[in-house]
Amino acid sequence: MKNAPGKSGLIMDEPLLWERGKKGRNGMSIPESDVPASSINENLCGEGPDFPDLSEVEVVRHYTRLSQWNFGVDTGMYPLGSCTMKYNPKINEKHAGAAEITAAHPMLDDEYCQGTLRIIYELQNYLAEITGLDVVSVQPAAGAHGELAGMLIFEAYHRSKGKKRTKILMPDTAHGTNPASAALCGYKPIAIKSGDRGILNVEQIRELMDDETAGIMITNPNTLGLFEQNIREIAEIVHDKGGLVYGDGANMNAVMGIADMKKCGVDVLHLNLHKTFSTPHGGGGPGAGPVCVIEELAKFLPAPRVEFDGETYRLEAERPESVGRMHCFHGNYGVLVRALCYILTMGAENLKKATQYAVLNASYIKVKLKGHLHLAYDRPCMHEVVFSDKKQLEFKVTTLDIAKRLMDTGYHPPTIYFPLVVPGAIMIEPTETESLEELDTFVEVVKEIVREAEKTPELLRNAPQRFKVKRLDETQAARKPCLCG
Amino acid sequence: MRYLPHTESDIQTMFDTIGVKDFDELFETVPESCRYDKKMDLPGPKTEWSLNTYMSEIRSMMEVTPDHTVLIGAGRYQHHIPTTIPSIMGRSEFLTAYTPYQPEMAQGTLQGLFEYQTLTARLLGVDVANASMYDGASGLAEALLMGIRIGRKKKRVAVSTAIHPHFRDVVSTYFLPTDYEVVELPFLEDGRTDLSSLAGEDDIAAVALQSPNFFGVIEDMDAAVTAIHNAGALCVACFSEPMSFGLFKSPGSCGADIVCGEGQSFGMPISFGGPGLGMFGCREKFVRSMPGRLVGETKDLDGKRGFVLTLSTREQHIRREKATSNICSNQGICTLTASMYMASLGGTGLRKMARLNYDKTEYLKKGLQEAGAKLCFSAQTFNEFVVELSDDFNLVQKTLMEKGIVAGLNLGRFYSGFGNRYLFCVTETVPKEVLDIVISEVKK
Repeated sequence: MKNAPGKSGLIMDEPLLWERGKKGRNGMSIPESDVPASSINENLCGEGPDFPDLSEVEVVRHYTRLSQWNFGVDTGMYPLGSCTMKYNPKINEKHAGAAEITAAHPMLDDEYCQGTLRIIYELQNYLAEITGLDVVSVQPAAGAHGELAGMLIFEAYHRSKGKKRTKILMPDTAHGTNPASAALCGYKPIAIKSGDRGILNVEQIRELMDDETAGIMITNPNTLGLFEQNIREIAEIVHDKGGLVYGDGANMNAVMGIADMKKCGVDVLHLNLHKTFSTPHGGGGPGAGPVCVIEELAKFLPAPRVEFDGETYRLEAERPESVGRMHCFHGNYGVLVRALCYILTMGAENLKKATQYAVLNASYIKVKLKGHLHLAYDRPCMHEVVFSDKKQLEFKVTTLDIAKRLMDTGYHPPTIYFPLVVPGAIMIEPTETESLEELDTFVEVVKEIVREAEKTPELLRNAPQRFKVKRLDETQAARKPCLCG
Repeated sequence: MRYLPHTESDIQTMFDTIGVKDFDELFETVPESCRYDKKMDLPGPKTEWSLNTYMSEIRSMMEVTPDHTVLIGAGRYQHHIPTTIPSIMGRSEFLTAYTPYQPEMAQGTLQGLFEYQTLTARLLGVDVANASMYDGASGLAEALLMGIRIGRKKKRVAVSTAIHPHFRDVVSTYFLPTDYEVVELPFLEDGRTDLSSLAGEDDIAAVALQSPNFFGVIEDMDAAVTAIHNAGALCVACFSEPMSFGLFKSPGSCGADIVCGEGQSFGMPISFGGPGLGMFGCREKFVRSMPGRLVGETKDLDGKRGFVLTLSTREQHIRREKATSNICSNQGICTLTASMYMASLGGTGLRKMARLNYDKTEYLKKGLQEAGAKLCFSAQTFNEFVVELSDDFNLVQKTLMEKGIVAGLNLGRFYSGFGNRYLFCVTETVPKEVLDIVISEVKK
């Protein structure tokens, strides 16, 4: 394909770590001992693990080659819906890696680590300001961990009111981990189908919400990329029955400076710092999932939070009604430093612009690809847009084939087969850091693939061709698991 | 703004294509009543250079600096990190990739995770390890919930009080909303866990021990596993210092059913407690009850070896509320970091490094005893130990702080009656001269 950025190059092979090396080599220096050897209880001693011995060069070359088989945001456009793969600024890495920060020990008394505490304190405040909610804990280590914190807060709240509730309302457009997070807190998820407009129907909530139901978990914008326009009315219904509203803020990139979560009626919200606030995804982690609440629920937040009395930053003293500790220390602290740097670099104005451009980019792709791919809901979208393979199925070409072909052209595919409410979903989230030219090239490439689907479908079915491996057999991997070499 | 590529004319072009006149119209689906109607009150925007100044001012507020020697571990440990690790792990192909959902273009991450699972399984002596949990503490909570799933009708788990207090706090958090009960097991005079109360029990799904435990004491895992299995429970062995397995028997080789703990020691800085990673493994027969992401080996269309995420039927996007856990990520780059550290040390190196840590710690332990400190627990320790010091030791701590040494962690806030007891930690990073200064100040 002429305009596509993907071309072919040399791919180096590289065996598994233990297929390399020789006993007696070492890849890092070990200090000479400057103390006498001590005796040890031999009955407790073992052989030590069977690790390969490699030289420094072998290790460096091994991981460099592995890295070259990967594709990251720095490589190219990564329009993975629901994941907000925006550019991860380099300067944030530098500050998270500064010696004073990386050497800071979390067991030190507060007066010795004012700097690291201040970072947490400022971030708590700024995240509250951005969401419109009142109080924040940055402890949860990932989005799903933040959801769990939220559900623990629901549980603690209802317990404090003297009544355990057993159910929770769960729209089918909520994020995948929501039901599991609720189930961990003893709630039975009651599935709610989104209406024909792709958003929640007020009447349905009115019917289902009762005083056995703890509340509702709403992803807003939802996983179809649509703003839940009835959220305020829904929140009122839930509140009237004594329930709480959980907002999954994974899609906050769509509404910074645009929607106020408190005004939406949200009581508890988690954020994904690795999505909205630009921290790198690291091939799956570490992330951070701060949880934000209204004042009334502040006492239930995970502990400890950081307080400031005008002079000293302190970890708060015991808070008896807190749901407790969720992480050994303060969550993925290094991620918090990066997020703070991002917020400071952007400022209020640019955060709002990021949201505006993210929605602009998704809307642009929606208009440009509509008619080429089937558009699941032809309504104004937010930061992402969901298409499907409905038109291509006629040529026996599936979403998976389209995704694999896209890889050969130098793009990471969109999220596929999610959300579940759209069969064969293709969920595109370009993010604000892609330029108009980049979007135009992407659109042209997708259109070309759509043409290929009709004329040369085997090109798609046999894709990818330009990687170290061809299509991998995931069924065999699950049937006869080989998890250890 | 350098991260935002849109020019005025780009925006206009896009408005025209979309068919809206401005941003207000673009956001028309956000009802007026939900609107953020003020300007966000935030500092910035800062240039790269003013951000540098601001952050450097924050860093200067740190009274304990990188030049200090911190003789505290308690869950996070200062070890040497070879330059190769940040240099290679900082490569953006690793750092800026997402979860490897498209395996053909993420073989680097996937092979790296498969290698991590393998090295971790070998380290812990288990059949299978997952691709990591958030941290050691939440990993322990998940391990006990896994024990409950396997134990079916059993309603209780038991946890040693010699486990890191924060680990136990996290377990309480996870168990509070459930119908299950967490009972605590006391520790003996020698610092090991007292398992005698297990005799005659038949309603406990899992028993958790830590080794080395919070006091640095090595538990007698062989005996513990027998006692726990005799009570019909699963043995969950946790740890916060994996370096110890270079020297001492791995929990899995002693028969532990589930092994989990904190892996920060392997190539990650302390970084105020995070990120690290939760190492987690178990026996083969429990693998389908195990939480967390797993990578498996498979073949491509040409029969070539490759790696994919697997057994995802346990996970949330398929089983939703019936999932084994709500975890849908792992510690990604930290996992590869741990693996690279294990590979850099190698089997021979890990053994040497563990021995060096041991000898240095023993040097301080003996020195302090000779200087008048009372050793609180007589059992074998690794890297950490508890001593009782005189009432005015806090003054000695102040003197040492002025010399750039943070001498021990007071345990009074964790255990009643421990007001004069201090937990010390020594690793390979601490030179003998520093230990001698501490010993001589205590002697004074």
